[in-house]
Amino acid sequence: MTLRPFLMNLWNIIRRLSGDDAYERYLAHHAAHHPDPPPLSRTAFFKQWQDEKWKGVKRCC
Amino acid sequence: MNNLLKNMAWILVAIVGASSVGGIALHRGEQINALWFIAAAVCVYAIAYRFYASWIATKVLLVDPTRATPAERLDNGRDFIPTNRWIVFGHHFAAIAGPGPLVGPTLAAQFGYLPGTLWILVGAVLGGCVQDMVTLFFSTRRDGRSLGQMARDELGPVGGVAAMIGTLAIMVILIAVLGLVVVNAMKHSPWATSTVAATIPIAMIVGLYMRNFRPGRVLEASVLGVALLLFAVVAGGWIDHSAPLRGLFDREGLPLAWAVIAYGFAAAILPVWLLLAPRDYLSTFMKLGTILLLAIAILLLQPMVKMPAITQFIDGTGPIFGGKLFPFVFITIACGAISGFHALIASGTTPKLLANERDIRMIGYGGMALESFVAIMALIAASVLEPGVYFAINSPAGVVGKEAADAVAKITAWGFPVTVEQMQLLATQMGESTLFARTGGAPSLAVGMASIFGSAFGQGMLALWYHFAIMFEAIFILTTLDAGTRVGRFMLQDMLGNVWPRLGETSWAPSVILTSGLVVGAWGYFLYIGVIDPNGGVNLLWPLFGIANQMLAAIALCVGTGILIKSGKLKYAWITGVPLSWLVLVTSTAAWEKVFSDDKRIGFLAAANDMSAKLAAGTLPADKAAVAPQLIFNQHLDAWLTMFFVTVLWIIVADMLRISARHLSGKPVLPVSESPHMPSRLVEDLARD
Repeated sequence: MTLRPFLMNLWNIIRRLSGDDAYERYLAHHAAHHPDPPPLSRTAFFKQWQDEKWKGVKRCC
Repeated sequence: MNNLLKNMAWILVAIVGASSVGGIALHRGEQINALWFIAAAVCVYAIAYRFYASWIATKVLLVDPTRATPAERLDNGRDFIPTNRWIVFGHHFAAIAGPGPLVGPTLAAQFGYLPGTLWILVGAVLGGCVQDMVTLFFSTRRDGRSLGQMARDELGPVGGVAAMIGTLAIMVILIAVLGLVVVNAMKHSPWATSTVAATIPIAMIVGLYMRNFRPGRVLEASVLGVALLLFAVVAGGWIDHSAPLRGLFDREGLPLAWAVIAYGFAAAILPVWLLLAPRDYLSTFMKLGTILLLAIAILLLQPMVKMPAITQFIDGTGPIFGGKLFPFVFITIACGAISGFHALIASGTTPKLLANERDIRMIGYGGMALESFVAIMALIAASVLEPGVYFAINSPAGVVGKEAADAVAKITAWGFPVTVEQMQLLATQMGESTLFARTGGAPSLAVGMASIFGSAFGQGMLALWYHFAIMFEAIFILTTLDAGTRVGRFMLQDMLGNVWPRLGETSWAPSVILTSGLVVGAWGYFLYIGVIDPNGGVNLLWPLFGIANQMLAAIALCVGTGILIKSGKLKYAWITGVPLSWLVLVTSTAAWEKVFSDDKRIGFLAAANDMSAKLAAGTLPADKAAVAPQLIFNQHLDAWLTMFFVTVLWIIVADMLRISARHLSGKPVLPVSESPHMPSRLVEDLARD
């Protein structure tokens, strides 16, 4: 494997793990599954995403 | 031919593993290289993962790669999302990796390196990893239901209520003990205190950045936050050197405890995006980064372990916590080997992301193996210190004496030579005024990490490395503290909602304030007592935490064993039944000793009676006499709490046995609540994006 694809792969994993690409994935999911009503704006989506992420047990001892 | 080569490779791993474990176990006298620990651990995990975990997955659980997971069936693009297994592994590991495996092994090093190392390895591969994997599997087969719900569905209301109460109780004790660790690390250390304080506004800046300034740009915000955190470590040094600012942050334990309590309350009622979420991003980055850095540093430096294999303190006279090797090494290590808390993550959260049941072995079993490896590294970091230094840092003043000369004399008399000058030099190097009696494990771990980092990456910055390590520990302890308080609040609101529905509304301000106050008040009380206890609250709180955590693990293993038996797999039920029996034995023995032991350093009641007698005789100094009634009350409370934990444990074990017996004798029991089989339609590549 050459370096460039490897680094791109790593970068995608980091973005995915941190949730940096959450909005892009939401847009893709939205377009594929239920195109109307129109998707949420980035700000509105992020608010909702963050609130949902913090329900329930997320961290351990 | 290929097969032969593979077998040869595994035989080689087995030989290396066996000789490393044997080398560690039989080594006596001189120092031993830390690489042996790494080799032993890696080989043990590899063999257990390849053979035992794979056997459990294919022969016991019957993992079915063609079966659709809840993530696929219920895919909603939000919480149920089929996800690449490496990504799920990352999320799962970030969620289960907490401060427990760093603190527990550090404290358990008072018995020598051997008991801790053996239990971390054996306990993880036969107990902790199995618990996580089995729970993850059963929750995946039940639409990602939580441990509490599974207990209710499979064992009945008694099991469900026990699981819920157990979770809430462990949360309270956990937060109190972690708060105590942070308070002890900050006590009279302006550098540590100012750095830890700075993490709060930094988290808020990051929160505002990704909420308002650049919505959703998580990575940009996190990079900014990590840079600010590193700057806060450096700036802490400047504050430490400036006389007027120094005084501002140079505090006793009690005001620091109040500050932590106030912070916990604020974090529970403030919106998540402002404090909790951004702090969590920072702590996750710091946590993964520092663990990786520590592994690299140990590999590069190959430090020598100076702690003896076994110390005389296995007889129960240890200065850090009282109690014999059995059962207290198991109670103290807790999360590094088996953690009940993981069952809460492995049910509910992680199963909603699994793309394929095949990934369960890697995520459930492998995730815990990695966590246990972190515990091994913490044990190494504690054991590379000169044993005399280790005991001087970790022994409370109530045991070795307030004066440095007394402490040094006592520790040297135990056979662990250390001098006042040596401790003073070390404190100066680390940028602290003193390192005597800095209990709680965090400072000694930080000294160990600083010396490993310092030797591997440059000796000149020891003080910076030390405070970096303290900041790293504090930031994710505080994350557990605020996340735990919030979870506790939700659970309490859920319970109270049954009594008065309005209290169950998670956004109704009076209910939020009331329930947050109750949760913070509960752990704040134990933190307060831990701080005013003259023998250092660690001896008091850590065993209580260990018992609570192992009780929760036993509940998870009960659910697992019950489901195995109900699904007609009685002959395999030992995979969870054996660790369960061991935990019941360990937890019950530890609880019995903590309540009824005649040794006042072990038994709560003995300690209470001893103090009452002294108070009545008037032999206590005035400052101790003033807090004595509170301490006596607390010892009684702790005794009752311990008995309560064990009662809950025995109720759920009895309930599981009753239901299994009914099932085996052909009487009706609650049906197995597994969701029906649906074939997976996911194309391989889609899930592996």
